[in-house]
Amino acid sequence: MQTYVIWILLCPLIGVLINGFFGRRLGRGAHVVACGAVGVSWALSILVFLRVLNGDALGVDVPAKLYSWISTDTLNVVVGFRVDELSAVMLLVVTTVSFFVHVYSIGYMRGDPGYARYFTFLNLFVFSMLVLVLADNFVQMFVGWEAVGLCSYLLIGFWYEKKSASDAGKKAFIVNRIGDFGFLIGLLMIFANVGSLDFYFVFRDAHNLPQATVTAIALLLFVGAVGKSAQFPLYVWLPDAMEGPTPVSSLIHAATMVTAGVYMVARCHVLYDLAPAAAAVVAGVGAFTAFFAASIALVTNDIKRVLAYSTVSQLGYMFIGVGVGAYAAGIFHLMTHAFFKGLLFLTAGSVMHAMSGELDMRRMGGLKRRMPVTAWTFVIGAVAIAGVPPLAGFWSKDAILDAAFHGHPILWAVGLVTAFMTAFYVFRLIFMTFFGASRVDREVEHHLHESPPSMTVPLIVLAALSVVAGLVGTSEQGGIFAFLNRAFGDVEGHEGAGGKLGLMAVSVLVGLGGIFVAYRLYLARPYTRERAARPGGALHRLLSSKYYVDEIYHALIVQPVSRFAGFLWDVIDSLIVDGLVNLTGLFVKVVSWVVSRVQTGRTPFYATSMVVGTVVLLYYIIR
Amino acid sequence: MVPISHYTILSAVLFAIGVLGVLTRRNVIVIFMSVELMLNAVNLSFVAFAKHYGEATGQVFVFFVMTVAAAEVAVGLAIIIALFRNRETINVEEINLLKW
Repeated sequence: MQTYVIWILLCPLIGVLINGFFGRRLGRGAHVVACGAVGVSWALSILVFLRVLNGDALGVDVPAKLYSWISTDTLNVVVGFRVDELSAVMLLVVTTVSFFVHVYSIGYMRGDPGYARYFTFLNLFVFSMLVLVLADNFVQMFVGWEAVGLCSYLLIGFWYEKKSASDAGKKAFIVNRIGDFGFLIGLLMIFANVGSLDFYFVFRDAHNLPQATVTAIALLLFVGAVGKSAQFPLYVWLPDAMEGPTPVSSLIHAATMVTAGVYMVARCHVLYDLAPAAAAVVAGVGAFTAFFAASIALVTNDIKRVLAYSTVSQLGYMFIGVGVGAYAAGIFHLMTHAFFKGLLFLTAGSVMHAMSGELDMRRMGGLKRRMPVTAWTFVIGAVAIAGVPPLAGFWSKDAILDAAFHGHPILWAVGLVTAFMTAFYVFRLIFMTFFGASRVDREVEHHLHESPPSMTVPLIVLAALSVVAGLVGTSEQGGIFAFLNRAFGDVEGHEGAGGKLGLMAVSVLVGLGGIFVAYRLYLARPYTRERAARPGGALHRLLSSKYYVDEIYHALIVQPVSRFAGFLWDVIDSLIVDGLVNLTGLFVKVVSWVVSRVQTGRTPFYATSMVVGTVVLLYYIIR
Repeated sequence: MVPISHYTILSAVLFAIGVLGVLTRRNVIVIFMSVELMLNAVNLSFVAFAKHYGEATGQVFVFFVMTVAAAEVAVGLAIIIALFRNRETINVEEINLLKW
């Protein structure tokens, strides 16, 4: 199995090397290398998953070791892989979505001057994400954690000639840096208290640590997750990250990288089990973010940004799940979300492709007639996210709500309200984009077209996955829950069989209610250009300006930092540092001017000096 | 037998005359001659001490000094001629181009 795992990792890396060095010469052939590499990884991941399904594992009962990376008296870091039920699921999700996004990119990125560069970065991302997922120690995880952040930065700023894109890349990188700082401190605290960074030793010895220490560690690790998984208050980079190519948004900013935080919390479930306070913070932040981001998505008109806020909101859901101890439910939602949100983003990309880059839903409408495959796959994804049975989103969302209901009714209520808003905004998007009368500009409408097969086939596959992926989790005792709980050990199974049907009915009603309200507002009453132009009320203004969070950050953090940097530049650098350097130069100049006066050019003067000097020297020597 | 002190005093006097010549005269040729005088004053003390101590080293040095002086005369006179051709003067007070 270790051989499989090594090749799963190496294939994308080989793709990076080939495309990185020879991509320009390959030209259009770059995608063959990239897709082939990820395809092999995908096939091997399925094999590994099947092995794990049969009870095989790697690095769980004994520390896995491939080779020793850092070896000192106190710190020993090995490179090794941990393949258990949790990483097997992640492996499958990551490689599956990656493969289809790669295929989709062939059509989407056609003709882009950075074609090979794009696939290089995308392969590098897959490699980094797999390093993160397969790591068996915190250092290796951190390497993957940072590397996916780097790839995210590179791909958000892929069209770097565009100022907004390169700004968005920087924003993502800097905001992530804040979270990663907490993560790193958490790692140092683990090392200081446990003396090792291997998952095996840390999780074995964690229960010996004092409560306060475990809580601090768990919270610091969660700070990293807040940054990486775009939770409040560090979510601000994700909506801006939509500047990148849409397949990137789908793969990195919906399906895989942003779920790394959820995966990390689930991976460290031992720590969060020992620190209920930290787990409560996780669930609380998740619930708040879920509600907060969903409310912004209600009024957003940019098709990709609606999905971005939706992603933030759904990630909040996952954190509710892992925060209340329902790790399997959280990871299950991660999986279904990867499929339906990846699908939604790819369909949005397909719309953009057809609309010559137009993102504003107010200039769309009625696209169903011209691009039926895109429209109907989008509807499938939307029904899945809205929580209508038997599609994927229903089962996973319901599992989280069910877990929250037992012991955390407030979180359950927030989740339910969020579910309503989710159904509403996603169907608002559908009705504004694909249904109703067309508000498309004349010249854009002229070449409106369905996307090529390389784009529609991944859509259809992901739509199929969005339909069936939930069926593995229909029962709390079996399917994916039984499978994942092998990794999470004895998680307290809540006896929810009695009220479960009732809860299901409530969440289905809420989802359908959201859809119905969206229908009433955006389809039954025709959404026209005039209505789009009408200004909204105070609440609408608050929501559509995103609670002014960006403005607040700008005033509270960006402005002072940039002013402080200006001060450092003007005073410390220009005045003091440059001043010292210039002063040295000036000193030398003045002294040399004074000394150079000696060179009169008059020979008698030189001769006299020489004689006088010789006499003086002789006097001192002979004396 | 003339005592060594006579030779050294004569040498010192000749050297002092040479130094004064270099310091006071304006004519480059005369300065040049004064330098030669200083060299030969030193030569005198070399041979005097060589005789006094009965050693050949001082005599050998005199040959070296004479050789160097001959070379110096050749080069120095060439410089003076070049200077005169360019500046029409051999007055050191007027030759002061090489300064800051």
